[in-house]
Amino acid sequence: MFESFPFVSVVHILVVLVAPPLLPGVINRVKAIFAGRRGQPLLQTYYDIVKLIRKESVLSETTTWVFLFGPVAAVSTGLLAALLVPLGNASAPLSFEGDLILLAYALALGRFFTMAAALDTGSAFEGMGAAREATYACLAEPALFLGLIAIARLTGGLSLDGMLGPALLHGWSVAAESLLLVLISWFVVLLVENCRIPFDDPNTHLELTMIHEVMVLDHSGPAFGMVLYGASLKLFVFSALVVRLAFPVRTGSEPLDWIVVLAGTIGVAVGVGVIESTLARLRLTSIPALLTGAGVLSLFGMILALVH
Amino acid sequence: MVPGIVDPCMVLVLTLNFHILGTPRLRSLIFVVGLHGALLGFLYPVAHQGFHAEFHGGPAALGALIRLGLLTAAIVGIKGLLIPNVMHRAVRLADIRPTLSSVIGFTPSVLLGGIGTGAAFLFASRLPLREGHEHHLLVPASLATVLAGFLVLVTRREALGQVLGYIVMENGIFVFGLLLIDAMPVLVELGVVLDLFVGVFVMIIIVNHVSRAFPEASTEHLRTLRE
Amino acid sequence: MIVWLILAPLAAAAIAMAIPSNRFRPWILPAAASVQLALVARLVPHGDPRLFNRWLAVDPLSRPFLAIVGVVFFLCSLYAPSYLRIRAERPNRVLCACLLLFLAAMNLVALAHHLGLMWVAAETMTLVTIPSIYFNHNPRSLEAAWKTLVLGSVGIAMALLGSFFLAYAMLEGGSASTLLIDELVERPHTLSLPWLRAAFVLLVVGYGTKMGLAPMHTWKPDAYGEAPGMAGALLAGGMTSCAFLCVLRFVHIARIADDADYASRILLFFGLLSMATAAVYMAKQKDIKRCLAYSSVEHMGMLVFGLGIGGGAVAGALLHVIHNAVCKTGMFLAAGNIHRAYGSKSTDAVRGVLRRLPASGGLLLVGFFAITGSPLFGPFVSESMIVGGAFASGQLAAGLAFLALMLIVFLGMGNTLIHCALGPEPESANATRFRDRIPMVAPVAICMLLTFALGIHTPEFLRDWIDGAVAFLASGPAVP
Repeated sequence: MFESFPFVSVVHILVVLVAPPLLPGVINRVKAIFAGRRGQPLLQTYYDIVKLIRKESVLSETTTWVFLFGPVAAVSTGLLAALLVPLGNASAPLSFEGDLILLAYALALGRFFTMAAALDTGSAFEGMGAAREATYACLAEPALFLGLIAIARLTGGLSLDGMLGPALLHGWSVAAESLLLVLISWFVVLLVENCRIPFDDPNTHLELTMIHEVMVLDHSGPAFGMVLYGASLKLFVFSALVVRLAFPVRTGSEPLDWIVVLAGTIGVAVGVGVIESTLARLRLTSIPALLTGAGVLSLFGMILALVH
Repeated sequence: MVPGIVDPCMVLVLTLNFHILGTPRLRSLIFVVGLHGALLGFLYPVAHQGFHAEFHGGPAALGALIRLGLLTAAIVGIKGLLIPNVMHRAVRLADIRPTLSSVIGFTPSVLLGGIGTGAAFLFASRLPLREGHEHHLLVPASLATVLAGFLVLVTRREALGQVLGYIVMENGIFVFGLLLIDAMPVLVELGVVLDLFVGVFVMIIIVNHVSRAFPEASTEHLRTLRE
Repeated sequence: MIVWLILAPLAAAAIAMAIPSNRFRPWILPAAASVQLALVARLVPHGDPRLFNRWLAVDPLSRPFLAIVGVVFFLCSLYAPSYLRIRAERPNRVLCACLLLFLAAMNLVALAHHLGLMWVAAETMTLVTIPSIYFNHNPRSLEAAWKTLVLGSVGIAMALLGSFFLAYAMLEGGSASTLLIDELVERPHTLSLPWLRAAFVLLVVGYGTKMGLAPMHTWKPDAYGEAPGMAGALLAGGMTSCAFLCVLRFVHIARIADDADYASRILLFFGLLSMATAAVYMAKQKDIKRCLAYSSVEHMGMLVFGLGIGGGAVAGALLHVIHNAVCKTGMFLAAGNIHRAYGSKSTDAVRGVLRRLPASGGLLLVGFFAITGSPLFGPFVSESMIVGGAFASGQLAAGLAFLALMLIVFLGMGNTLIHCALGPEPESANATRFRDRIPMVAPVAICMLLTFALGIHTPEFLRDWIDGAVAFLASGPAVP
């Protein structure tokens, strides 16, 4: 076990570095199929990132270092979070008691700097986007946390490794309702955190209705490439969390487990694509209601977990 | 012993509570309240069987079984079909606005509902429960549903919303009744359902009057009598 | 036999529905009331036949309440025909039938010895009062009816939950759960205390809503204000008393389960809160009927206060039920006359009542002095028993608070009523042709006479009834 540890960690890091941009491609392909189009290549996000990195960045004169630090923070915190979530059979490269808090705060930190970068431009649109993002984050974070508490209670662990490992299987057998609620709630959190329909439309052309996109309007070139990469990392982290929660079974065979998790994340991306193709975007005013609902579901899940 | 199916159903009931607290759409609310009631109606025989498991055959058992079936049909029929139908009819006939409004807003309603659910679980955990009932959700689910119904009742401005809140409250009480099926002779059981029906019936008559006397069936108009 | 107490009003209600004439229909009320009074006089002193597997019974507790219902309904029914004659423009078929159903429901509450049956009867009581509150068919009465219905239904729902809790307290205590009061009080020590306490709070809140205890009293001023004076009298004299009987039953259970202290605290809380609420809202009250409604809130508070004090105050509370019911009935009927004569119940319009309606106005003033505890009248006797009980048992602060609140209520109520009674008759006030007439003043006069008589002397049989009820409350299960 100990000998294999470095090797698995290397695999983990490689997967985390390489796999995420695939997910937006999958979502777009699903949407294209629903719309009856052929759609972009699956690897379009890779091409975009490579193209953007080769371009030059145009910076507004009013911006400061904060503006450029936003994308950097998004990528670095995304990577940090991805290293905390166990993917295969072995534990994640970074794992310690209480790492769930680091996970939540890594994600929050990334968001904070994205918002700070948006505010740094001094543009009204971007300020509006940042305000919305902050509002929704306030509502989505409790849902994530309460779910984590429920799982921690059911599995008796405080590290993501233990919580999303075989102990979770036992959790499903004793308190399936609780975990089901958390799962639903987390999927909603996934949608809102990654700015997907029905909360935000990544393809909208109207700045007034945008949330995430409007925050990164002024980024260009490599910075925007990093924003794209950071966003896909975040999607990957949440998908992995949802997959691990929904499917805690470990086969015991290392490669098979990796395939299961990666296939699961792609499955989540397909699900997101289906939702994006079938649902309409919500009115901005009803988003907080739905998010509160997700939070209350998590809370309820946690209460059920505490009772068991 | 409470059979295993009861707990998941309670979770469903509690989840429906959140929807009831959160939706401003009258039709959806009526539908969910009906669903809520029908679900409880179907639990009635389950709880009965679960507590006693007395049905071993024989003519007496058959009679009891038939009675149970009829009662279940009555409860499901009234809670799940009749009341929603009467409500829908009232909405159609009285031309009631299809959206509700809330004194405190819908998001705070849901939040309060969540807090109330937590409080219900806390309170229920302090009450001693009978052997076989301890780890089940009937008591907290009942209290939480009563609270949710009460919340709807006091915060919705429209008469029909208040009536629906009251029905949810009664459903919560019914959940508690599932623990006590042997304590309640059939007469009382029927009286419970019948009373509910009559109450709702009268309420709807009044709703009709409200909507005739005022442009919309909102109790906001009922604000003359105050100190 | 006692079934007739329920069947006779039901039959009368059916007849009332069948009578086509709006003019003659109301006479069914005094007829039914006479039958009721005769039945009460014949059955109540002797009978304790437990019927229908002990679901119905006349026990020492129900005895005074059956008498109250009979007397109050009789007095109101004497008033009804002439009142409905004046209101000939309103169809009274539903009202008459509902009043009779109301009588049946009140009797059923008094007789019920099964928590479920009692609950059904109490719920029926709520439902059948709605048409009488909505009698005037205007937006104000609609509002009052709606509030009464919603709040009453919530109260009744709480009561049902409380009954379930009580049944569970038995189950948890290890005995087969039952809703029969007799069985409940026979093996009280098996009750689980936490459940019993939760149940008690819910039951007091639930049936207290029907009594009109603060803070669940908000339906009361509206309903009493908008209902015809006669219906207000029935609600204030009959329904609230019956609801108090329900509370008494649970206090009985709590006492026998050795949980009297807890019950007392709850009752004292609701009692003082109700009195304080009434005192606050009665000051500057500009509506006579609402003023009377708050007085009813106050007196309901006194009843549970007396019950909470325990000892000699319990007898006082039981006696006060009777005094309050009789006096309030008269006052509401008198207020109804004033409302008719002025076409208004606001103190802005109602002035100089003693000049326009010397009899009704004078009797209302008598009622005011009686109900606020002036000597020579019944309420003085019972209220002093309650205060005496408080001081005797060492609850000095509670007793003083009681007296202080009574004083404030006296001032507030006096401010409203004396303001109306005295002074010149205003020229501008709506001139109606209604003046004092014998059929509509006589019931009021009888009420006040009874109040006065009860103040001078408590009859022997009444004393026996009260003693019996107190002994019953203290002792536990009656000898079967």
